[in-house]
Amino acid sequence: MTTAPDWTAPPAPFAARDLACIRGDRLVFAGLSFDLVPGGALLLYGPNGTGKSSLLRLLAGLLPAAQGMLLWNDAALRPVSEEHRARLLYVGHVDAVKPALTARETLAFWAGLAGQADGIDAALGAFGLGHLADVPGRFLSAGQKKRLNLARLAAIPAPLWLLDEPSVSLDADSVALLALLITRHTARGGLVIAASHVDFGLRDAARLDLGAFIAPVAA
Amino acid sequence: MLAAFARLFRRDLRLALRQGSASSSVVVFFVLAVTLFPLGVGPETAVLAHIASGVLWVAALLAAMLSLDRLFQADFEDGSLDLLALAPLPLELAVLAKAGAHWATTGLPLILASPVLAILMQLDAGGYLTLVAAMALGTPVLSLIGGIGAALTVGIRRGGVLLSLLVLPLYIPVLIFGVGAVEAAIDGLTQRPQLLILAALSLAAVVLAPLAAAAALRLNLE
Repeated sequence: MTTAPDWTAPPAPFAARDLACIRGDRLVFAGLSFDLVPGGALLLYGPNGTGKSSLLRLLAGLLPAAQGMLLWNDAALRPVSEEHRARLLYVGHVDAVKPALTARETLAFWAGLAGQADGIDAALGAFGLGHLADVPGRFLSAGQKKRLNLARLAAIPAPLWLLDEPSVSLDADSVALLALLITRHTARGGLVIAASHVDFGLRDAARLDLGAFIAPVAA
Repeated sequence: MLAAFARLFRRDLRLALRQGSASSSVVVFFVLAVTLFPLGVGPETAVLAHIASGVLWVAALLAAMLSLDRLFQADFEDGSLDLLALAPLPLELAVLAKAGAHWATTGLPLILASPVLAILMQLDAGGYLTLVAAMALGTPVLSLIGGIGAALTVGIRRGGVLLSLLVLPLYIPVLIFGVGAVEAAIDGLTQRPQLLILAALSLAAVVLAPLAAAAALRLNLE
């Protein structure tokens, strides 16, 4: 497997204080706080609609928080800032794979956009995609597309991983690879926040039940 | 940052060339739309020559609009837009790169096709060079302003009609000065002011349209 490249930014404690999220006219969650130290993992769980994906998008800066703040290294951060974007990798539930681009082209594009030109084939290999490097996206299965999206984790060095249902449509071997990659990431001091219904082998992960932050029905 | 910009431009170019259809259908639409006029208004040289520049420009505007709805939508649907928004490259520059690739795959073919269609429309010989120059200066505005419309309607399925309603009125200045330049050249007047205004529109669009489109995309990503 790859020797991990250097961080774009060093890991630091990441925390949220009193976050609230509004989707449409609905308050999804409120009063949500957590603390994550370097090397820590946080597993978000809870029933559908409790805002796991929204929280991850909010932490990535794709969604503005209705209330509350995020802290990096004990300093408040602007979620849309360039520094924050540079330190995070977001894996959503759609895979950003183009039917007309090969697996290698897809990964090389995303890695290159982040200024990372090397280690593409190694990252593909890390997710068992080496033999599919020249296959266009339209011939990849759902699980293979997911692995291609996850391969960004191996290709681009960033301390904070935000993973939305990363184990969906993966086979058992790939889930194990993902768990291994996450373990190595945290062992180096990286931070992982993952939303998942199933426990995919995040050992020692703190758990956050989003069901506990559901806002009381309109007062 | 320049490298990332070039990378996105090349990727969109490559996607357009591999998928092929969008670029060629724009040109085919342009050719067909212009061809309808000799059939509709009759083949009299004087009539055709009189309406030639207007017809060419209107057909070019409509053709350029055809492919706009996919400018951001494919990236929006497959999650690429999330990643672009999170990439180190500012979203405004990403929009500019995508609009640039859109222009290279639609505007450029339109420019190349226009002199040929000008022959069909009996355009006065004095207008050819100016037509090409005006198209070269005006078509970037179509891709850039179109990008704002495409960004606003990115979350809407079948947003194509709404997109035309938003974008077509904004194309009017390009139409007026594009036709004006060609007419001036044919009449033996100077076409310089019209071409300069088209150039100014292009430059303003390069600066302002990405800001507006990126803001619209951010809203749609929420």
